[in-house]
Order: sequence, then structure tokens, then C-alpha cells
Amino acid sequence: MSNPLICVRGLTKKFGDLTAVDGVNFEVAEGESFGLLGPNGAGKSTIMCILAATSTRTSGTVEILDKDPEKFGPLVRAHLGVVPQQDNLDGELTVSENLFIYGRYFGLSKKFINNKIEELLEFAQLQEKRDVKVEALSGGMKRRLTIARGLVSEPDILLLDEPTTGLDPQARHILWDRLFRLKEQGVTLVLTTHFMDEAEQLCDRLVVMDKGAIMAQGSPAGLIKEYSSKEVLEVRFGSERNADVALVLRNICERMEVLPDRILMYADDGEKLLEEITVLKLHPTTSLVRRSSLEDVFLRLTGRTLIE
Amino acid sequence: MNTGIDVVRIARFGALYIAAARFRSMFKWRTVIAAVDIGNPLFYLIAIGIGIGVLVENNSGTSGTSGIKYIAFIAPALLASSAITGVMDECVFPVIEGFKWRKLFYAQNATPITGKQIAIGVYLAALSRAVFSVVIYYLLLLTFNVVDFGISILIVPIAIMAGGSFGAVMLYFAAKVEKEDYFFNIIGRLIVMPMFLFSGTFFPLSSMPIYLQPIGWISPLWHATELGREAAFEYGLSPLVITTHLLFLTAVTVVGLILSIGQFERRLAK
Amino acid sequence: MSTAIEIAQSRSSSAMYAGRPQVLLERSWLAFRSTTWVPIFTGFIEPVLFLLAFGYGMGNLVGNISVGSASIDYTMFIAPGLLATSAMNGAVYDSTWNVFFKLNESKLYKTMLSTPLGPMDIALGEITWALLRGLVYSIGFLTVVSVFGLTPSVWAVLAIPAASLVAFGFASFGMAITSFFKTYQQMGFVTFVLLPMNLFSGSLYPISVYPDWLEKIIMALPLWHGIELVRAFWFGNINSGILVHIFYFLIMIAVGLFVTSHRLRALFLR
Repeated sequence: MSNPLICVRGLTKKFGDLTAVDGVNFEVAEGESFGLLGPNGAGKSTIMCILAATSTRTSGTVEILDKDPEKFGPLVRAHLGVVPQQDNLDGELTVSENLFIYGRYFGLSKKFINNKIEELLEFAQLQEKRDVKVEALSGGMKRRLTIARGLVSEPDILLLDEPTTGLDPQARHILWDRLFRLKEQGVTLVLTTHFMDEAEQLCDRLVVMDKGAIMAQGSPAGLIKEYSSKEVLEVRFGSERNADVALVLRNICERMEVLPDRILMYADDGEKLLEEITVLKLHPTTSLVRRSSLEDVFLRLTGRTLIE
Repeated sequence: MNTGIDVVRIARFGALYIAAARFRSMFKWRTVIAAVDIGNPLFYLIAIGIGIGVLVENNSGTSGTSGIKYIAFIAPALLASSAITGVMDECVFPVIEGFKWRKLFYAQNATPITGKQIAIGVYLAALSRAVFSVVIYYLLLLTFNVVDFGISILIVPIAIMAGGSFGAVMLYFAAKVEKEDYFFNIIGRLIVMPMFLFSGTFFPLSSMPIYLQPIGWISPLWHATELGREAAFEYGLSPLVITTHLLFLTAVTVVGLILSIGQFERRLAK
Repeated sequence: MSTAIEIAQSRSSSAMYAGRPQVLLERSWLAFRSTTWVPIFTGFIEPVLFLLAFGYGMGNLVGNISVGSASIDYTMFIAPGLLATSAMNGAVYDSTWNVFFKLNESKLYKTMLSTPLGPMDIALGEITWALLRGLVYSIGFLTVVSVFGLTPSVWAVLAIPAASLVAFGFASFGMAITSFFKTYQQMGFVTFVLLPMNLFSGSLYPISVYPDWLEKIIMALPLWHGIELVRAFWFGNINSGILVHIFYFLIMIAVGLFVTSHRLRALFLR
């Protein structure tokens, strides 16, 4: 492997007394799809702003393409595609004008951009909306246009902050498909998310973050293997009884999490565990056996759920 | 279930509830309102009244202004103009906000309160702003000896009538606005500004070329200005002319309100 | 790596300035193309209305004004003052309300600063656009005034570059001030402060009518320098005094650009 495109060492960012990012280390290699997973307020967006060379750090080192973004801001930004959490399209312009003028901000030639626009409109599936003002687009379309806009300068790295937050399920799936294509084309992606399914689908490797610090890192499958069991049994006894029943259940299950509305029991064979509960004559109102997910990893590491 | 909701009371006083709600929101802006409603006409009074007053009196004395000192000549007009812009603000912004930006009127209409009550409530609150600023402005005029205390106090209700008639019409137009893109631009620069300049505010309307005088005839500001000058000084209007001015202002108010109520009811029912 | 990147790389330079302010003009032009002519037309009509009202209406009351040793018609006297005032108003509108929107609502500048563009590109580009719009208004006004036969000589055309310098100064300074504002109330304050400056700076009468102390205050304000500068070129009274006015505006431009670009950096590149 050649030099990593992004190299972050001991990165810390303080806002007054608040430490938003606390001594974070990670690297991103070329062509990799790298994720920052964590709940709101974990410090993900702050890291993204520092990577995007629009925010300064308190301490630590950051190198993007061997350059310090704080010293070489414009140079670093020239190599990045940025998709911020809130779509910040130019509301006074049409779809194609948005792509065009954004390319001009990078100093690209009109000829180059005009050729590129066709390709990007197709990528964003917005050919028919070319001359429509962006205000008239749906949330999913705006998101796809923002991503396409980030690609106009053929960036080495695409930074996506919460790419599907606020979209309906159908729009999310379309967007995942588009991002997956970019991944296949070898574009280096760095994304933040608080959706574990998104992280599992899109990331080759990810870090789990909480309160500004990295709790664990690895591939989605590796993290699940390391921090969770193969299967999870979810049982509900009604919010009144959960806590009492949990005391009994501890005898038959090594690791479990008692949440306000349900109990999660970690085991290699969920069905077998459910049978044991039935034998104990504890009849759950509902029960569900599922595969372990990154949500369980997060719960294990922090004792909290991702979406609260 | 008895929750103590008195439908009869609401039918009688609903408009006042709406006015009270508007009042609360206006109160948050009291500093801005005071600054704009009193500061603006005061600046005009001092800058134009004194600055141009010197030029006027050096040139022709008071012969062009019916024997009245120039600063006193423009004072009643500025008072009416302040009432007009104040009432207009409160008849336009809250209405577009209520129908479009925050859709507050639809929420109010979902209670036993009717569209007619909402229209009247907004209008009453708007008038109260004029009462507030006009009274203070009149006191300032007395303090600076621009007018003498006495029958001149009639310029206060006259100014409020001017605000009320223009406001009633604006209430109707604001309730019709679907796309506000250029609404403020057009109202401000193509209606309010020409009205301000061509209603005999700074010079007798008769000194304008005849083709520009009709702007004054249809403008509530001109009618109120003439009445105000009559109240504040011996301006020499005949009783017939005075009646005509009063009738004009009343008629515009009544027509504006009838149109507005109809428009509020139609739009809320849509 | 790709050609696109090489081009971008070769063009991106310092952290403050990428040397590409013209792309801001391209952006403004794209956005402007799709708007209607309503705001342009109304912006142009306002000084014309003032000219008509004060020129024709007031001219009768005021008579002639002495400028230097010459005695000139009142309408002719106010025309250059109105030109300077409208140049200021156009530039201020563009560099305050429009800039406020792009700073706080649409976050356009934030987006631009996530590309290789620097704060100085934005400041220069936006101010130049405001200047161009002011230029269009000035040319329109001069055309109308010439049609009415109110231009003293062909040299009045030099008032256009003078008005542009005034617009440049106010646009630059206005953008700098706006970069500190966060709420609409604060923006209302700008409008409120501008009115007395508009009225008192001598566009409608010579400031010699004031008491000494007031005259000194007015002479410290930028609009008075703007009006005097435009008036000097308008009437062909070119003397060394205009250097003071020009210097005043050069300082305003420099301070405005410096403050704006550093504020943008402080706001979005923390």
C-alpha cells in the first residue's frame, strides 16, 4: 500500500471548555471507503470540517495528500469533494447551473465543466431536471445533486457528512446505490453516519466514535465478530416487568442489555435461547432473533444506543 | 364534556382575542416600532422642515404655503404619513405571515374564531400602532412649538383615519398575496413612495403640473393632509370640501374592510 | 492525476485570495438572468420620482440656489445629489440585505469557501457586482435627466465614474458591517441609520443652512463627500478639493475590503 491519503494523529478540537474531538488517530488509504460511526454529538462533523480544511484544530497533526490542511487550505480543498450535512445548493440557480458554477469556483475551464455536467446529471439521475431551479427538487434529488456537485472537480477524496439523514427509505436506497458505484470506481470515500445499516453497506473500514473519542476500529464484520455474538434475541415483557425478568434471565445468558422497552440477549444460537426461556415459563409478549449488527457493537462499547 | 368554552363570548369578542395576540407580538418589536414611527417623520421634519424651510422663506416667505411657516406646513402631512406606514406594516407582514409563512391564521381558524374576526382583529391591532405613534408625535410637535395646543389636536384622529383607510386597502391586497417575491418592492417603491411625494406633503398639490395632481386626489394622505392643515391652522377650507375629504377617507376604509373580510373568509375556506 | 486537478492546483494560491473574483460575477449573472426586471426598474424609478416631486413641486417654493458664484435652478441643483444618493442606496442594498442573506440564510459564502476560493475573491467579486448594478442605475438616471434637459453640459457624464466610486465605497463598507450582523433586527438598524444621513447630507439643499456644529458633523459623513464629488463633476467645478472626497472613498474601500475578507475568514475558516 502506498502512502495513506489521509493521516490523522492525536487530533483534538476544543470549543471553549467543550472537547469535541479528543485525541483521535486514523488513516485512510487510496480507494478505501472509510466511515465514522457514532451518535449525534460524537464529534464526527467536527472532524469532517477539519478534513475539509474549513476548520482549525486545537492540537495533533493532520495530513491530507501529504499536506497540512491548515497551512495549505486552498490547495487541499482543490483535491476534495465536500458533501455537507445540510444541502447548501445555490437556490437562485438551476440544477445544471449549480454544477457549472461550482466547477468555476475550482477554476475549471467552461469546456471541461460542460462535458462533465452530462456525466454528472446521468450519475445523479437528474437529466430531466437540468433546467429546474433547485428549490423545486425533492430531498433525495437535492442530496444526489450535492454529491454530483462534489464530484465536478474529479476529487481525490469525497467527504460525505451524514449523506442520507432526513431522507425517506426509498431515497436512501437510491443514494446508497449511487455511492456504491463511486466505491466501485475506486473513489476514496470518507463518510459520517449514525445509521449502522449505512455503515455496514458502504464502509470497508470504520471507527466507532463516542464523545469525541474512537472506541474501536475495523471492518464492519470484524467489529461485530470482536464485540458481539453471532445472533441476538430481542424479547419484550412489557415495560413494567422487563427489569424483574432480567434478573432471572441473567442465569441463562452470559451477556445481555436491558433497555427501557426490551431486553437484548447475546448468543450464538438465538432460537435455542428462546426455547430455554419458554422452559422457564417466562412468556415474552414478543420475541425476535436476528443477526448482530453495529448497533450492538456500539451498545457494547458505550452502553448506549446510536439513535436516542 | 364541560371545559368552560363559551361560544357566545367568542362570537362576541373573538376579534379582540386576535388583536391581543397581535399586540403581544408587536410588543417584542416596540423599540424598532418607536424608532421607525417617530424617528422617521422627525428626521423628515427637521431635515426638510428646517433645511428647505430656510430656502423657502428666503425665496418667497410664506406666500406659497398659505401664510404658514414651512415646518408647520409639512408637520400634519408627516404625522398622517407616519400613521399610514405604521398601519400598513401591521396590515401586511402579519397577514402574509398568517396565510403563508407560518400559516397562523389557519390554526386560529381551527378554533371557533371566524375569518371575519381574524381580519378585524389584525386591523384593530394595526390601528393601535398608529394611535401610539401619532399621539407621541403630536406631543413632540407641541413641545417644539410647531403647532399650538387647541383644536389642532384634531390632527391626531385625522392621521389615524388616514392610516385606517390605507391600511384597510392594504389588508385586502396582503390577504391576496400568493407569491410575495416583488410585493414589497412594488408596494414600497411604486405606491407608498409616490404617494408620499405627490400628496402635497412638502408643497401645495396645486403647484404640481396638473397631470401629476390625480395621484394626490386618490391618495388618503392628501385628504388627511388637507384636513390636518385645516385643523392645525386657518387654512380656509369650505365645509363642503371638509365633508368631501372626510367622506373619502371613510368610504375607502369601509370598502377596504368589506373586501378584506370577504377575502379572509374565502382564503381560509379554501 | 486528472487534468482537472492540475488546473485547479496551478490556480490556487494564497489562503486569502485565489485570484478568481470574476467567478463571483459569473454566479451573480446566472442568478440575475432568471430574475425579472421589477427590482431593477423600481430601484431606478425612485430617484426619478424624487426629482419630479422636489424639482417641480418644490422648485416653485424655493426658487434658485447659489452654487459658488452661479445661481442655478433648484431642480438642476438636486439632480447630482440624487444621483449620488441613489448610487449609495443601490450599493448599500446589494451589500447589506443580499449579503446578509448569503451569509446567514443560504450560506452561499460558506459553500464557496469549501472550494479553493478565498475570502478576498468573495469580497472583491460581490462588491464589484454591487458596483456594476450601481453603474446601471446611474446611467439610467443620467439618461432621464438629460432628456429633461437638466444636465449643465456634456461634462456631466464624468459624474458617472464619480458615482461609481461612491457606490464602490458604500458597497465595500456595507459588506464589512453586514458581516458582523446576525439578526434581522440588527439589519433594520442599518436602514434606520441611513435615513438621516440621506436627508441631512445636502442632496436637497446646501448644508450651509445648518448651524456650524451640525455642518461639521455632516461633513464627516461619507454621503456628503459623495454628493460633493458628484456635484463637482456635474457642474464642472473641478478643483483640488475633490481630492479629499476621492481620498475619503479610497480609504472606505480599503477598510471595507480588509474587514470583509478577514471577517469571512473568521466566520467560515475557523
